[in-house]
Amino acid sequence: MANAVKLRPIVRGAAAGAVLRSDRSISLWGGVDPASGTIIDRRHDRHGESIAGRVFALPGEKGSSTGSAVLLELIRIGLAPAAIVTRHPSPAVTLGAIVAEELYGKSIPIFLATEAGFRALRDGERIDIAEDGEVRRVTAAAPRP
Amino acid sequence: MKLTAEDRRVLDGERGEATRFALSVVVRMAEAAGAERLLSIEQAHIDACALMSQSSLDLVSHLAEHDGRVSVPTTLSMVSLDLEHWKTLGVNPSFADKASRIAQAYQKLGCIPTWTCAPYQGYLTPRFGQQIAWGESNAVAYANSVLGARTNRYPDYLDICAAITGRVPYTGLHRTENRRATVHFHVERARARDWETPAAWAAFGSLIGSLALDGVPVMDGLPAFRPSNDMLKAFGAAAASSGSIELFHMVGITPEAPDLASASRGRPPSKAVAVTRRQLADAWDELSNADDGSPVDAVILGCPHVSYAEFVALSEAIARLGAARIRPNVQFLVFAGATTVELARRGGLLDPIERWGARIVRDTCPFHSPVVAPTARVIATDSGKCAYYAPGELKARVAFGTLGACVEAAVTGRMPRGEAPWRTR
Repeated sequence: MANAVKLRPIVRGAAAGAVLRSDRSISLWGGVDPASGTIIDRRHDRHGESIAGRVFALPGEKGSSTGSAVLLELIRIGLAPAAIVTRHPSPAVTLGAIVAEELYGKSIPIFLATEAGFRALRDGERIDIAEDGEVRRVTAAAPRP
Repeated sequence: MKLTAEDRRVLDGERGEATRFALSVVVRMAEAAGAERLLSIEQAHIDACALMSQSSLDLVSHLAEHDGRVSVPTTLSMVSLDLEHWKTLGVNPSFADKASRIAQAYQKLGCIPTWTCAPYQGYLTPRFGQQIAWGESNAVAYANSVLGARTNRYPDYLDICAAITGRVPYTGLHRTENRRATVHFHVERARARDWETPAAWAAFGSLIGSLALDGVPVMDGLPAFRPSNDMLKAFGAAAASSGSIELFHMVGITPEAPDLASASRGRPPSKAVAVTRRQLADAWDELSNADDGSPVDAVILGCPHVSYAEFVALSEAIARLGAARIRPNVQFLVFAGATTVELARRGGLLDPIERWGARIVRDTCPFHSPVVAPTARVIATDSGKCAYYAPGELKARVAFGTLGACVEAAVTGRMPRGEAPWRTR
């Protein structure tokens, strides 16, 4: 990562994981299986992949207002992403993380990225995100087949 | 952020744990959104009552066990089963038990058991300009756009927190300046006869949702007739599925758009887009992903819940078929709210529909309740929203068409080859 990338914390926390970046927004409800964390939206470019444990970076969350329930359940069963990074504010995502913290005392951090910050997150790359949103690369992305 | 003295007392737990929990979620959401203050609302609609998972039950149980109580009139969206008829629909008893416990907990909080995703079709319709907190994306689009009430798309659980506290972040569409149109869509060469079914408006909504994304669209050049409530419902539901449309304006049709300048509040929208007949026809075609002529296993009407007028249209379509019955291997499901079903019964519409072989499902939804046969591989529907979600949620392919085409499909077992309205000459 050439320049330091700084994300804006929306729900605070530190995270580490491999980036799963998509340039397509998703509706968590109908788009992600709440029992497994697998992307089930056939129109989505990452259909079939799991978001569990990943730093899930996407433009935003769209569609039905049930997205927060999907994220809450994924956090409860331990199959949530390590963090979610969006380009645009995504209330359903923020809410799922906040309610998880209030109800179960555990959660995941949510960050907002600028266009440049979002571009700097490379798919497959392992990164650490500090609580203040500072991003550190751990390993380079494996070349995509 | 500015809080009132009462907000602080609530956060300190002086009004009990349920209210403290709810306001603390509201305040944290307000902070995340950068709101400067909270706003009081007058009504709420809860989307979170469908059984999703253990966490849905955990959340509402926490509020109910701590004597939570809604502070404004609050209606409820679908629950996960037809509460009175689930046994005859083949629903698993342990699933039914959990879903009923969620339903009871929301009622214990003082919510009105409407159990419908189309609350604007029944009890407690919001007024123009009224500040409300609604969940369920199609209901939000309708309340903002068609009724002129003011709500954001409240995600699950913020809706019940808003209902309990009567407070929401003062952000988004609650504020006048955010209700102005940002994208102008001019429909080219609109002919009334292409627009005469709700299905056509669903295709139109699907297109606008995918083009406008999260902007506020304003449409003009529409055919010179007043679209029905069902057409606007179909448009909004589809636009909120293919995109994140929470508010739309239609010039001369919706209340905040007597003309283009009013809809965009003096400043021209930042983007102007022409909508061609070709695009509309393609949007219609894209709502289907089943191969032409493949056998239909199930028909789904009522996404969002059917209106009385749609019950009338259905019974007329059935009557036109004479004695032709539903094929025995086709499941025909009509999703509706209990009050509309009762009206249809009183109107003498229900008996002929049920005798024909259609199944009326109350209180719930094809995606939250296990009533659609898991073996169904092709589903016919007139709903843009259903067409959008059925492939992922029901693992089925979709044959999209008008209500009339869906009825015909139930009888012949195949969706009639219907050309998109805009493709015909």
